[in-house]
Amino acid sequence: MMKIEESSSTIVSEFDNFDDWMDKYNYLIELGKSLPLIEDKFKVESNLIEGCQSRVWLHAEFDGNCIHFTADSDAVITKGIANLLIRVFTGHTPQEILDSSTDFLNDIGLTQHLSPSRSNGLLSMIKQIKMYALAFKTKQAMG
Amino acid sequence: MKIEEIRADFPILGRLVHNKPLVYFDNAATTQKPQVVIDALVAYYSNLNSNVHRGVHYLSQQATEAFEAVREKVKVFVNARYSHEIIYTRGCTESINLVAAAWGRANILSGDEILISAMEHHSNIVPWQMLCEEKGAKLTVCPIIEDGSLDMKALAELMNSRTRLLAVTHISNALGTINPVREITRMAHEKGIVVLIDGAQALSHMKVDVQDIGCDFYAFSAHKVYGPMGIGGLYGREELLNSMPPYQGGGEMIKSVTFEKTAYNELPFKFEAGTPNVADVLGFGAAIDYINGIGIENIAAIEHELLLYANEKFSRDPLIRIIGNAPEKASLISFMIDKIHPYDAGTIIDRFGVAVRTGTHCAQPLMDSLGIPGTIRASFAFYNTKEEIDKLMEAILKVEALFL
Repeated sequence: MMKIEESSSTIVSEFDNFDDWMDKYNYLIELGKSLPLIEDKFKVESNLIEGCQSRVWLHAEFDGNCIHFTADSDAVITKGIANLLIRVFTGHTPQEILDSSTDFLNDIGLTQHLSPSRSNGLLSMIKQIKMYALAFKTKQAMG
Repeated sequence: MKIEEIRADFPILGRLVHNKPLVYFDNAATTQKPQVVIDALVAYYSNLNSNVHRGVHYLSQQATEAFEAVREKVKVFVNARYSHEIIYTRGCTESINLVAAAWGRANILSGDEILISAMEHHSNIVPWQMLCEEKGAKLTVCPIIEDGSLDMKALAELMNSRTRLLAVTHISNALGTINPVREITRMAHEKGIVVLIDGAQALSHMKVDVQDIGCDFYAFSAHKVYGPMGIGGLYGREELLNSMPPYQGGGEMIKSVTFEKTAYNELPFKFEAGTPNVADVLGFGAAIDYINGIGIENIAAIEHELLLYANEKFSRDPLIRIIGNAPEKASLISFMIDKIHPYDAGTIIDRFGVAVRTGTHCAQPLMDSLGIPGTIRASFAFYNTKEEIDKLMEAILKVEALFL
């Protein structure tokens, strides 16, 4: 498993290959379409992150050591963003996730080109991922 | 009047977005401001700023005269009987809240019904919901039919002996439907039901005549009629306004104050507590002058032509589904592109410099009842052009290529 910093810098270099905004979106759309399907039983209200415009479900499972994320959205671009976040954060320990930075999103121009408002759910997804990490860390500490 | 001349009146239309000329199709959210409106704001703060209705000094009197002259302009614009039937508010939302709080608290009792329609904006739903919760009253909702028109048969049936108020929009911000408010008001009044019309979308598109409609209240915002944000109005029939308790307490709305008892001021000041938004009122006045200069009939004609053009273009694309096809429609098109999520479509369309609105348009219950996550909405103003609609079509084709 790649470290969080490694997978995020890989993503940054992937996006560096695109000069044109349209190519970036094309790639995000591809990522959205290829996001592994979340199990239907996890597409429930309690996993829903209310963005302003598209709905995002984020499910987390903890194997006692690492957290595994799955997600879905009714909008493809949002699914693409979810895919990126999952690639970076899934399979890591709660502490690693809590210590990680999300600067890579700035580096690929995501926060700049996708509106930083609540409309795409990007910030809410990151917040939720960190919340899961904190919750599982607490659970771990309590044995 | 040439379109180039009209566009030159609106400085923002000259700017670039994502390195492309701005195509502004979000006029139902807010219209752009002509230079004369912007100038009016600067002129007020540069030459006239002082508090109204308070000072004997020259500036205060001049500002008061200008402030009250706009009330007269608004009165003529919506054809109210008296200028004191025009209450300045922060906008349409506050106007509706004013009626809910002042008229509603005094008149709605437990078991009463407030009737709205399924196409209402949240601002014409939530104030009534809050009032109903407080009073133990019931909110009833008139459905719409397939084409996005109001279900007039259901409306008639829903008006019963418990119905105290009908609150309905003049033009739907999400579908463009123009409701037959005159007929609706007549139906309601026959049953003794008070009528409030949400006019937020109407004032910029058509001649509004509150006496002809016959409604009791008519709410509107200046920023959707080429005026500044943060100012709007409520028309209310004199008898009703007089019978209502005040909305907020403070300065200006009083005649005399002692610690034992306060006597309230007369209309319209009774409902205008605190220092008013004088600059934006004057901006609103400039907007009305500007519209009158162009002629609301001319504006309506240009917009209708844009609507027909867009309709024709859209109907040639089998992937576009127009949501809302009422026979009487304002110049806006709500649509979906096949199964593409409006958020996805809007994100790409934006990159073409085209500003459209995507989402539920503050009408979540309506979208739920239509079974869609939202729509893409292009709303046109008289400064828009057919070439701009072509640019939107180009963006739509790109969306289709990307997502389908």
